[in-house]
Amino acid sequence: MIELLEIRDLRVTIGSTAAVRGASLAVTKGETHCLVGESGCGKSITALSVMGLLPRGARRETTALRFAGEEIGRYGEREMERLRGDRMAMIFQEPMTSLNPAYTVGSQMTEVLRRHRGTSRAQAVDRAAELLARVGITAPGLRLGQYPHQLSGGLRQRVMIAMALMCDPELLIADEPTTALDVTVQAQILRLLAGLQKDLGLGILLITHDLGVVARVADRVSVMYAGEVVESAPTAALFAAPKHPYTRGLLSCVPVPGKVKRDEPLGSIPGVVPRIQPGFTGCGFRDRCAWANAACAGSIPRRGAGEGHEVLCTLPPDWSREAAA
Amino acid sequence: MLRFFVRRFAVAVLVALTVLTLAFMLTRLSGDLAISIAGPNATAADVEQIRQVYGLNRPLYVQYLDWLGRALQGDFGESYFFRDRVAKLIAGRMPVTVTLGLVGLSIALVVSLPLGILAAVKEGTWVDRLVGVFAMIGQAMPSFWLGLLLMIVFGLQLAWLPISGVESWDGFILPGVVLAFSAIPSLTRLTRSGMIEALASDYIRTARAKGLTRLSILVKHGFRNAAIPVVSIAAVQLGFMLGGSIVIETVFALHGVGYLAWESISKNDFPVVQAVVLVLALIYIGLTLLADLLNAVLDPRLRTG
Repeated sequence: MIELLEIRDLRVTIGSTAAVRGASLAVTKGETHCLVGESGCGKSITALSVMGLLPRGARRETTALRFAGEEIGRYGEREMERLRGDRMAMIFQEPMTSLNPAYTVGSQMTEVLRRHRGTSRAQAVDRAAELLARVGITAPGLRLGQYPHQLSGGLRQRVMIAMALMCDPELLIADEPTTALDVTVQAQILRLLAGLQKDLGLGILLITHDLGVVARVADRVSVMYAGEVVESAPTAALFAAPKHPYTRGLLSCVPVPGKVKRDEPLGSIPGVVPRIQPGFTGCGFRDRCAWANAACAGSIPRRGAGEGHEVLCTLPPDWSREAAA
Repeated sequence: MLRFFVRRFAVAVLVALTVLTLAFMLTRLSGDLAISIAGPNATAADVEQIRQVYGLNRPLYVQYLDWLGRALQGDFGESYFFRDRVAKLIAGRMPVTVTLGLVGLSIALVVSLPLGILAAVKEGTWVDRLVGVFAMIGQAMPSFWLGLLLMIVFGLQLAWLPISGVESWDGFILPGVVLAFSAIPSLTRLTRSGMIEALASDYIRTARAKGLTRLSILVKHGFRNAAIPVVSIAAVQLGFMLGGSIVIETVFALHGVGYLAWESISKNDFPVVQAVVLVLALIYIGLTLLADLLNAVLDPRLRTG
């Protein structure tokens, strides 16, 4: 079966930092794939690489970057322009500043459709109104004529989502779409994304550092650390049996009702994410890992650990049971 | 929007009144008007007669109110030297100065907007630095000197353009270019910094994520926001150009308001000097008000906030 999005061995260097070092992941049609990890681990850079939106001075290399079976890694700027906003769309973490303050909601929404489909203004306005209603905005006619500063953060993020859907994309990349929002609004937006995915058959690549979000919406999870995807698994399998020491550490930081004792401190991972120079080899986590050994400085094997479960680690597959014992 | 407009308008009126008052006071502070009108060879009786004729023997506040009332009706009295109504003199000279100002501003915009955008897009490269050097040279070059250089090259050596007077439209080109150089450096730098800020913003990333064309991203999304401060500075610059064209009108022998001011100053023709200062100040106030309004039109946050 053809994956909607397939990234194989993505490497991005920005100046003297290796931001992404050989990350691989795949998003299937109709699936929500969560990419999790700490700030600075390369999640956003991975997403921007797919869209062809890397900052100036960033260098991207891949073995394969396929979208709906097409190799887009060699696409030029013109070809990427035609793809972006049409077949793949992206929403961002900052709803307050992601809309242009000088134009109305309607003008910003319709220009996507007019650019990619050459639709008439009237038809584009109808489509925009329909989508605003679809993302749960009341009085879409009124909102179309309003400017971003007249809307709340939650409304602006809904507008961003509606705008991303204007051309019926196959892939939606959402980079921490709920991080800047109130908890109640977060829940609404997540429910909205889940509903849209089910109705429209969207593939969603959701970037987050919030494991609560992952548990709620993800079909699959990829855990990123220091520019690598260290573990990838179906959500249930990952939460039940994390195979990478970093994933285990990440999960132990989250309080689970019933499991956490009142007087015990929550888990934490000592140290900080290292800044990786090009030419670095071995596991990026080894300096913070309690189980690190001599093999961790060499090349790290990618191993299967169950149905659709892969891990990038030198430890034997059953180490975690021993560690827990 | 209406409240914003009313408030700005009220401020403009207050500033205009202050300027009127200052203009009146300055002429009174510069010595006994009657003596300077009468000239060096006048007798005491002559001076006294002039005082009577011009009403300079009345109390100061009466003179002020009388003058203010007339000024508000556009009556600035009579020129001592030209033997003509001051208002008529200025009105006759205004077209040359306004044309020159508009030509200058147009040239300045045509040069500085593309240069500023180019420098921002190529930020940090040699193109950007070249634009910066050009702006610096423009800033540092005295306008009379640039005027003379252009006259020598284009007027005398190449003989493409007239070096003085505006008998035909091409007489405005050289002085227009020189005048433009007073605004080009600041407009270029403002466009550049505004564009750099706009291009680094999240909404530009959104525009790119929407797959818009490069032109649409640069102009529709980037420049539209960078233009807001540029427009207001351009309006204010036009005010500077209208008032600051004294040197250029003198160099190119254009009989505009600036030239009139220079003539009147050298001949102690107080009513004319006073009126020119006033008219230019009022135009400046008007342009500043216009800049505020344009700002509100361009920035929806001001308009609908």
